[in-house]
Amino acid sequence: MLKTLFHGQLQLGLAQAFAAALAALTVVILAGRRGIHLEKDLAIAMVRGLVQIVAVGSVLLLLLRAPNWTSVFLLAAMIIAAGATSAKRAKGMPGAFEVSTWAIACGAGLMIGVMTLLGVIDTPITTLVPIGSMMIANAMNTNGLALNRFRSDVLAHVGEIETALALGADGKTGVAPYVQVSFEASLIPAIDSLRSLGIVWIPGLMAGMLLSGARPIYAAIYQFVLLAMIFASSGLTSLVSTLLVRSRVMTPADQLILRPGQ
Amino acid sequence: MLLRAEKLGRSVPGKVLVTDATFDVRKGEILAIVGPSGSGKSSLLRLLNRLDEPTEGNVFLDGMDYRQLAPRELRRRVGMVMQRPYLFAGTVLDNLRFGPRQRGVELSSEPAEALLAGVGLSGFASRNVANLSGGEAQRVSFARALANSPEILLLDEPTSALDEDAKREVETVIQRIGHDQGVACVLVTHDAAQAGRLAQRAMVLEGGRIVRGGLITEVLRA
Repeated sequence: MLKTLFHGQLQLGLAQAFAAALAALTVVILAGRRGIHLEKDLAIAMVRGLVQIVAVGSVLLLLLRAPNWTSVFLLAAMIIAAGATSAKRAKGMPGAFEVSTWAIACGAGLMIGVMTLLGVIDTPITTLVPIGSMMIANAMNTNGLALNRFRSDVLAHVGEIETALALGADGKTGVAPYVQVSFEASLIPAIDSLRSLGIVWIPGLMAGMLLSGARPIYAAIYQFVLLAMIFASSGLTSLVSTLLVRSRVMTPADQLILRPGQ
Repeated sequence: MLLRAEKLGRSVPGKVLVTDATFDVRKGEILAIVGPSGSGKSSLLRLLNRLDEPTEGNVFLDGMDYRQLAPRELRRRVGMVMQRPYLFAGTVLDNLRFGPRQRGVELSSEPAEALLAGVGLSGFASRNVANLSGGEAQRVSFARALANSPEILLLDEPTSALDEDAKREVETVIQRIGHDQGVACVLVTHDAAQAGRLAQRAMVLEGGRIVRGGLITEVLRA
């Protein structure tokens, strides 16, 4: 329907964005009626998301002619931004930004590097940056889930953790059960994505490749490759962040820092 | 004396939890810390095994500055039983083995059974902790703390979450630990009558300060 009303690509894009935003707004209104107020968070997230993606689109347009090595700086900047965003999911957690940034750099950064060296990801900036950004974004989400779960589990089990410490356990042993649970829980979306691939959803990359004339079987295989890389980078990120964060919630004398109300 | 606290205290931004606490704990005695809610009793207890860091003063264990001991070794020697038992999932024996395992010692069935007999739970080793009553669970937490062979046991309101029958059972366990096994106990309680039944000495805390101390009969009379 919108296509009959709007002929220019930019006008059509804005109209489509408005329709999608309206749908999101309806959900927020429905949630508001049940006492769940997401208005402010959603408004900020939507405006911020739209501005960011339009800005990145404009930058990508400029980068089409940039040398390939500039990808490294772009991806590094993305990792830092992802670390900052992800750290907000772990409010009150000491060193959340450092932990998140290191974890995403080790998980997504390392995987992007290795896969590029192996030739799984092409080196042109127009391929490396979009694929790298997908891996970083997923690593960010996984890291946010892991830290958020770890934080809430530690806060809910202060008694158990301090009992273990009082019995002579070190800090790492005291929080070990919650490290494991957080790691497992953070990977549920990535595992579900892999499991439901092609049945529940056909990802955008594959659709794009088909539209640009790639052979369907190669497009399908490459989509699996991408999701496997996303899983690997997310898993490594979560593993690193949960291992790093366990020592951040304890003092050197094995005293629990993270407590309710602090 | 086994343990000495000197001008011990802890403050957090905007609040003094405990200040200027000086006292001794002697071998085999039960020392009660009594006082109203929020007077700093539990905060003081947590300083004695360094679950919290003192911001003033010091603690000496057998004459040695306790900061010179590794926290794990300190907490083995100064055990703790909390208000709730916080048993780990598994069997009673799994729980008893937790402490010794932290220093690479595997507690065998015989000493485990002796520990359980000491808290009146003979034959409970293979029971799943999910099937224990509140009083039984708290007695298991005593046996678990004793499995580390501590010299002192810190008891943080160990009967406050129990009904009257279970409370009496746990009080019997505390008396045995103090009188029969020679392990010193520092008992935090808001119940002056309980302190009178169990302790030989007591100190009263108000607003984070020790306001009275001495033999239990004198302290309760005042």
